[in-house]
Amino acid sequence: MTPSLRASRDASPNASPDGGGHGYSGVPRWLYLPAAVGALFVMLPLVAMLAKVNWGQFIPLVTSAASLDALGLSLRTSAASTVVCLVFGVPLAMVLARRPFRGQRLLRAFVLLPLVLPPVVGGIALLYTFGRQGLLGKTLELAGIQIAFSTTAVVLAQAFVALPFLVVSLEGALRTAGNRYETVAATLGAGPTTVLRRVTLPLVMPGLASGAVLSFARSLGEFGATLTFAGSLQGVTRTLPLEIYLQREADADAAVALSLLLVAVAVAVVGLSYRKPGRQVAA
Amino acid sequence: MTFRMTALVHGRLDADFTVAPGETVAVLGPNGAGKSTLLAVAAGLLKPDAGSARLGDKVLFERDGGKHGWVPPRWVPPHLRGVALLAQEALLFPHLSVLDNVAFAPRTAGQSRAESRETARRWLAEVDALDLAARRPGQLSGGQAQRVAVARALAAEPELLLLDEPMAALDIHGAPQLRRVLKRVLAGRSAVIVTHEVLDALMLADRIVVLEGGRIVEEGPVREVLGRPRSAFAAGLAGLNLLAGTVTAEGLLVSGFGGLSGTALSGMFDGEAAAGEPGVAAFPPSAVSVFPELPHGSPRNCLPVVITELEPHAGGIRVRAGELAADITPAASAELGLEPGMAVFFVVKSAEVQVYGA
Amino acid sequence: MRNAFRKAAALLAALGLAASLASCSPAAGGGTNTTAGTVTVYAAASLKTTFTELAASFEAAHPGTKVTLNFAGSSDLVTQITQGAPADVFASADTKNMTKLADASLLDGEPKDFATNVLEIAVPAANPASVSSFADLAKPGVKVVVCAPQVPCGAATEKVEKAAGTTLKPVSEESSVTDVLGKVISGEADAGLVYVTDVKTAGSKVKGIPFAEADQAVNTYPIGIVGSSKNKELARAFMELVAGSEGRKVLVDAGFGAP
Repeated sequence: MTPSLRASRDASPNASPDGGGHGYSGVPRWLYLPAAVGALFVMLPLVAMLAKVNWGQFIPLVTSAASLDALGLSLRTSAASTVVCLVFGVPLAMVLARRPFRGQRLLRAFVLLPLVLPPVVGGIALLYTFGRQGLLGKTLELAGIQIAFSTTAVVLAQAFVALPFLVVSLEGALRTAGNRYETVAATLGAGPTTVLRRVTLPLVMPGLASGAVLSFARSLGEFGATLTFAGSLQGVTRTLPLEIYLQREADADAAVALSLLLVAVAVAVVGLSYRKPGRQVAA
Repeated sequence: MTFRMTALVHGRLDADFTVAPGETVAVLGPNGAGKSTLLAVAAGLLKPDAGSARLGDKVLFERDGGKHGWVPPRWVPPHLRGVALLAQEALLFPHLSVLDNVAFAPRTAGQSRAESRETARRWLAEVDALDLAARRPGQLSGGQAQRVAVARALAAEPELLLLDEPMAALDIHGAPQLRRVLKRVLAGRSAVIVTHEVLDALMLADRIVVLEGGRIVEEGPVREVLGRPRSAFAAGLAGLNLLAGTVTAEGLLVSGFGGLSGTALSGMFDGEAAAGEPGVAAFPPSAVSVFPELPHGSPRNCLPVVITELEPHAGGIRVRAGELAADITPAASAELGLEPGMAVFFVVKSAEVQVYGA
Repeated sequence: MRNAFRKAAALLAALGLAASLASCSPAAGGGTNTTAGTVTVYAAASLKTTFTELAASFEAAHPGTKVTLNFAGSSDLVTQITQGAPADVFASADTKNMTKLADASLLDGEPKDFATNVLEIAVPAANPASVSSFADLAKPGVKVVVCAPQVPCGAATEKVEKAAGTTLKPVSEESSVTDVLGKVISGEADAGLVYVTDVKTAGSKVKGIPFAEADQAVNTYPIGIVGSSKNKELARAFMELVAGSEGRKVLVDAGFGAP
């Protein structure tokens, strides 16, 4: 597509969500009913939870030491696991998107596996990899590195389930962007690393950003793998979801209040990521 | 700096190609002739199966394809070649301003941000686009974007500039302006321009190379190739009818043109052709008259043909018969009742036919 | 499978309807499942093996009846029953959760204690940290996993610590005894505090180490009849089986103590 064509398309009313005109939408009217039921299905449980919140006790409940520890731990570990996802996911997405090689489909399938795997299965798999008796864990233990029951274990569990989100999101952006700009940059004298830094990454920045936000959100919600693999100790491995799970046993009000807190953080994070749905790299 | 390349890409290209220092070479040929492949190999975007290339003293690649024993293959990646490529589409980096697009290569080469922008301004001025410096690529017309792309390529100070149909995607306003800019900036620069337009070759190139089926079928100075075309494609570019055969004392004995094979043409020689050697006869469509029957007692050349198409052409009618064409007035066409499928005679005076060695 | 799908679709449709009616009433439990001869038992997860066995012998002794079992954490079960789940019998792993039901007037008659359980140290079969007493658990370098104080086994752990005068520094405080046991079985932890019955169930994968202080925190298992039960007679029969001699035998075999 030529730049001039792109410019004219950007000016058309359909391209801008805030534009004044309304084009033909192609949505049959009856479709709105199931769509509304679907929306309700997602929103009603949240409303139900809101109704259950003990507002009088809300502030003390969410600001208790255990709650704040859990929230702080969740934010820190999610940030760390997002960094891990970026460090390994960006190269992985580049390799998957740019160079066809033998076994690529298989590799992609494996990278995406945690998306469909029950988290507890992920936890068990991690246990047999990084646990004390695990594949790598034994060697690591000899080297004096203990992962089990540490915050590192939480980060690993989160990164394991969050990595596919980054890879999928970035690989899609890379494929959409194509490699023609990279070719041009190379003929202008830019080496592969310069091309990556100055052309490829800036071009896919929206995809990269939304992938990172999704990874963060997924890390924030991680529960099963952490429970199985990392344990649960206040301030060390007990993240917000684990704290909620535990509080549910003892104090339902606290569990509801913390759930609401987690929902609020998740909504903020996902909201940030989807603020500009139209912003995508045109190729 | 001389660019010399021999490249074999199975099924796509088998050519020996040279660009003299400061020379602009126009590469022409039908679709699929291997023009873009030639540029891709030169730019380092495609590895040939065999061949070698040098730019000045620098070896760009060397692969013997197993012909002469084992020679370690050499391959210089695109970014180290000093070869810039300008494509049909401008492909300006959408995340950078026009100025920073042009500053890309100098910045990559190690200039500071300020220096590189200064360099970029100079090149933008060179392509009459300094006023666009602050814009985003999305805010440019096709012609503007392509001029900026030219500036961006030149800012890399390439030793060889490759242009792949740079005018093809432009509208009727953008193309002439870009052509003017290119005429100015390509002067004295080693460059290769792939084009469909004979006008580009005329205005911008010193030499023409005609590619067909991946091979060079004709090459030479622009005036030579367009004035005395030896290939059907070059004759088409030059707007001439071309028949090939063997040179005779009077002109040419046509061979290999279907029903015309064996026809003797008389024509004018310009010295070089010796009887018995392969040669061609060229004549413009405007010199051809159309007769429904064989005219009597004429000293002229008569070619029995079957009309394949009639089409409008510069205020008249072009009558096509296979690879030959005749330009006549609409009145004459109506009088003769011409239509495709009709057998007629194309008649041309000897004085209008140029015969020369192939 | 198809049935579940149909249910989900119906639920979704109902959701739309309910929302449009803006009704707020809590879901009424469909309590009409008590076709004659069916008794639904909600029991603490630690009773899974014993109650499965007892249910089979109950069905054998009362031809034509069917015992439906639902195992989960005691507090989960209380929540479900409070929300109107169709239980006939509730067997809790502690008195606290049974009291919750009693306080909510959801019980029929008095509950009966039918078993006790005490903590035991569980170590991996190889006992890598050479644990032999409760005091050993506090040694540096020994990775101990316990239940969080919020859940019954964790509350018992706290009592035992106090009685022994030893403060543990666990590497993890799990939400359930199953999670503690899992970490011992997998060898991640050097030792864990679980119930005697859990060690028995785990078989040769773990080794149990009894300790004297465990007697300071005896966990009592009460059983009661849910007030909304439609089949109280059968429910009472099941309760008597559990609390009677046959129940005692099965429970003791599994490691439970007598109340």
